[in-house]
Amino acid sequence: MLYINCPHCGLRSQNEFAYGGDATVKRPELNKEISDQEWDNFVYLRKSPRGKHLELWHHISGCRQWIKVERDTSTHEIFKTYKANEAIE
Amino acid sequence: MSQGFRLDNVGMVNREKKISFKFNGKKYFGFEGDTIASALIANGVHLVGRSFKYHRPRGFFGVGVDEPYAILQLDRNNERDPNIRATEQEIFEGLEVKSVNCWPSVNFDIGAINNFLKMFFPAGFYYKTFMWPPSFWYKIYEPFIRMAAGFGEASIKHDKERYEHKYEYCDLLITGSGPSGLASAYAAAKNGARVILAEDKPRFGGSLLTSDVNIGNQTGVEWTEKIIAELKSMPNVTVKNRSQVFGYYDHNMLVMSERISDHLPKTQKYLPKQRLWYIRANEVLISSGSIERPLVFGNNDTPGVMLSSAAKEYMKVYGVLVGKKPLIFTNNDSGYETAIEFKKNGVNPIILDTRSDPSSDIIAEAKNLNIEIRFSYVVVAAKGYKKVKSADIAKISDDKKELFNIENIECDCICVSGFWTPSIHLASQSGNKSKFNEKIDAFVPDKSKQKENTIGSANGIFTLEETIKDAFDKGFDVSNKITEKNNKVSVPTVVEKKSTDHDKFWCVPLPKGKSYKRFLDFQNDVAVSDIELALREGFRSIEHVKRYTTLGMATDQGKTSNLNGLQLVSDIENKVVPQVGHTTFRPPYTPVSIGAIVGREVGKHSKPTRKSPMHSWHEKNNAVFVDAGVWLRPRYYKQGNEGLFEASKREAKNVRQNVGVCDVTTLGKIDVKGPDAAEFLNRVYTNAWLKLPVGKARYGVMLREDGIVMDDGTTTRISENHYHMTTTTAQAANVLSHLEYYLQLVWPELNVNVVSTTEQWAGAAIAGPNSRKLLMKLFPNLDVSNEGLPFMGYKEADLFGVPAKIYRISFSGELAYEINVESDNGYFMWEKIMEVGKEFQIQPYGTEALSTLRIEMGHVAGSELDGRTIPYDASLEGLVSKKKDFIGKRSLNRSAFTSTDREKLVGVVPIDKTTSIPEGSYIVKDPKAKLPNPKLGHVSASCWSVEYDNPFSLAIIKDGKNMIGQKLFAMSPLKNKTIPVEIVSSHYVDPEGKRVRS
Repeated sequence: MLYINCPHCGLRSQNEFAYGGDATVKRPELNKEISDQEWDNFVYLRKSPRGKHLELWHHISGCRQWIKVERDTSTHEIFKTYKANEAIE
Repeated sequence: MSQGFRLDNVGMVNREKKISFKFNGKKYFGFEGDTIASALIANGVHLVGRSFKYHRPRGFFGVGVDEPYAILQLDRNNERDPNIRATEQEIFEGLEVKSVNCWPSVNFDIGAINNFLKMFFPAGFYYKTFMWPPSFWYKIYEPFIRMAAGFGEASIKHDKERYEHKYEYCDLLITGSGPSGLASAYAAAKNGARVILAEDKPRFGGSLLTSDVNIGNQTGVEWTEKIIAELKSMPNVTVKNRSQVFGYYDHNMLVMSERISDHLPKTQKYLPKQRLWYIRANEVLISSGSIERPLVFGNNDTPGVMLSSAAKEYMKVYGVLVGKKPLIFTNNDSGYETAIEFKKNGVNPIILDTRSDPSSDIIAEAKNLNIEIRFSYVVVAAKGYKKVKSADIAKISDDKKELFNIENIECDCICVSGFWTPSIHLASQSGNKSKFNEKIDAFVPDKSKQKENTIGSANGIFTLEETIKDAFDKGFDVSNKITEKNNKVSVPTVVEKKSTDHDKFWCVPLPKGKSYKRFLDFQNDVAVSDIELALREGFRSIEHVKRYTTLGMATDQGKTSNLNGLQLVSDIENKVVPQVGHTTFRPPYTPVSIGAIVGREVGKHSKPTRKSPMHSWHEKNNAVFVDAGVWLRPRYYKQGNEGLFEASKREAKNVRQNVGVCDVTTLGKIDVKGPDAAEFLNRVYTNAWLKLPVGKARYGVMLREDGIVMDDGTTTRISENHYHMTTTTAQAANVLSHLEYYLQLVWPELNVNVVSTTEQWAGAAIAGPNSRKLLMKLFPNLDVSNEGLPFMGYKEADLFGVPAKIYRISFSGELAYEINVESDNGYFMWEKIMEVGKEFQIQPYGTEALSTLRIEMGHVAGSELDGRTIPYDASLEGLVSKKKDFIGKRSLNRSAFTSTDREKLVGVVPIDKTTSIPEGSYIVKDPKAKLPNPKLGHVSASCWSVEYDNPFSLAIIKDGKNMIGQKLFAMSPLKNKTIPVEIVSSHYVDPEGKRVRS
């Protein structure tokens, strides 16, 4: 079970969190004309990298904040965690 | 009683307390502190089971977790426990165990015929035999194989025992209380660290219980007792026996199973049977010790052949002799220690040592005791079927390839020692890649992957002096990192007998003309010949060899079998062991009860149960409840002999004719607040929200980004910057997460906050033509006329002294209001509604009547918004704004979503007006068409229309709009029904929606 450092609450067990997928995906702006391909990429396409990956976790049984977690998908090592809108190094 | 193999005054069992137990129906006696194994051996019983494949007789091989054979089934308090190791289970008064894998009895086992057919059971037998025809798999092969497989039967009854989970955090977890575990725990605890010391056996001390050593001028046992007593007195230390750390998971999470009541006749009041500990440790010291390695020779699985260390432990801990004419077969000094112990207890052993001329303190002591020793000697084969009766022994050439002077000598047990294998399972589970240590011919942990270190013999350190010193250092170093304290305790002096190098020899060659089975894996019946065959057939990777032959599988997990198997593969392949590598060690290290894994989350406790504040009223009024997500909701209120059908019909009819009240507390409620709340709702919902005035409600639909309907509900503008959103009961939690996602990550610039208020408000929906009259009586000072409180209006008022919120919204399609009060006032509100409503013929209605009412009206719910429908499918396209952007809008342009023959919501009525259509039925044109019959759609919800007194269903069918008026068929192969139906509008009742606005 992962041990995730919530930037708001500190180290908490994985069972307080819900996984939220790829954190590098950016939603297209509202009212902006975009191609089908761009929209398709946003809605459906996700990379599944082996190694370092920035992902979203939701601290649902804690502070209810969405956070970003930089995690190695093969070793589960967590390098850093960020608040929802913190600049990513 | 005759415990013919029990020694007087030796061992640690409590001679004062005699205990009787039953094994295969026969009564035996032992003493408190005995395991089933030690008590049976004391009674001269060695035959306890049959092997997995060949059904060969099985006895005892080890003395603890390493036991591959003696797996029994236990009955306790009318509960059945399979997969119990006789070497671990302590006896208690009334214990009943029986053998597994044999029929009709362990003494006469029909399956033993497999042993004589063994040429037909080679490696990969199942793969080769049960191939063709494929159709035989399901009905013939699989049931047959399943019947033959497994150790014991699981109970099919509900397990009444209690199991608990515990979460614990510590600075340092130490897994094993042998010399290294004790020393490191002591050093770390004295330096202020929070320590958990876990011991799998009932007694602490590990090898110190049986070794003839001296630490700080005390015997090993005395030193153990002193250290344990001191650790137990320290507030920063938790010491646990009967506790196996069986799994090492990510981020230093380890799981331990504590057997609290398994050794007692009955679980004690307030105590669980077992407790599962989830331990998040800052640091881990793995001190799990080592397991003696078997030597491989003919019929080495015969009962009476066992590990020499086990024989020693039976004598020293339990005061039990495993035999009276022991033969010790060893390639190292450990066998001598066992021989010396036999000799001290008046039994004359013979030692066969594979080495030609070793010398050490221990060997000298054995010689001084006049023990018969034969150097360069091996056991060729054990003789005897259900118990060793003699052994063929021989001199072996220096190159270990040839046997001379084969002779038969009498013996009743053969104690083998092929040196020691460190238990690296936990280290390996942590991600530590092991390395091969040539000196001990075994794998030891390599570089730490997580925060773990391995100490003592688990790390390949086999002298006590080195172990103790290293453990004291590690205990201090690790604690110093955490506590930053420098309280170092001095390392005690250690006196032990020096031993010399072991012999790398491990497998006795077959004599000419003999084809003895030489077993590598005792649990899974894998012999040398099986591995040879697998390699001849082309299996190379050790992982493939493992799966093909079953080497090291099941509960053994390679404990006794691993290294000899690897050694053999390396020999055949002309490689060295590290080139072959080892298979993956997976948790659990030892079998864990399913009950312990499940813990308290059983039955009703598997999820929380939420009840509305009016729950007790519903109970008192004969409500029959239904699970709605985690909520319990009244399904109907039973009157007299009514069933679900009659009651729900009565309740729904009363709503249409008079007035009904429904508990709607469970609806999700979310407060949306902030200056940008309107803008936010405008982006979340498909319809327009910017112009909703204060005091008004609006129905909204929200989509996922892929265009599928996520949820629907009404949202009311309470004040300028405050909205009250409602969601369906089922989606409440998801919608909140969804809103938080967009506010926190996508549009952080919006100044809005959301919070769940579901449990803050109790809700009652009042519906029916009499509802306004009722409202006038409930709120005499409020203008509730159609002008004063119009459809989709909102008012705050006082309900007999209690503040209330009134929403004029309707799910039933009738004139209806929803009243919310603070949860604590819910019961009061409900009682007042019932009291005042009496004169208007009010009746409570449950979810079944609620469904009937909404289906008749063509209102969609979860069965239509099933994660596959877009607004058009559910006839919600009128709510989709063309002017503004919102979540999921872009997806609605997908060609599949704009296609004209999409499935759409319609109503379905059976032509005969009497046959109910099963939910899930397919709508088809021709019921006799060839299968698969092309379906037009499916029936999503069915009810008995109280308005028209005939069955009515909703369905989502292809090109639904143009199908209205057509005569089709509803087919339910499941219920074996084909019903002629007519497609009608989904708005079956009041299609113009006059009632809600009346």
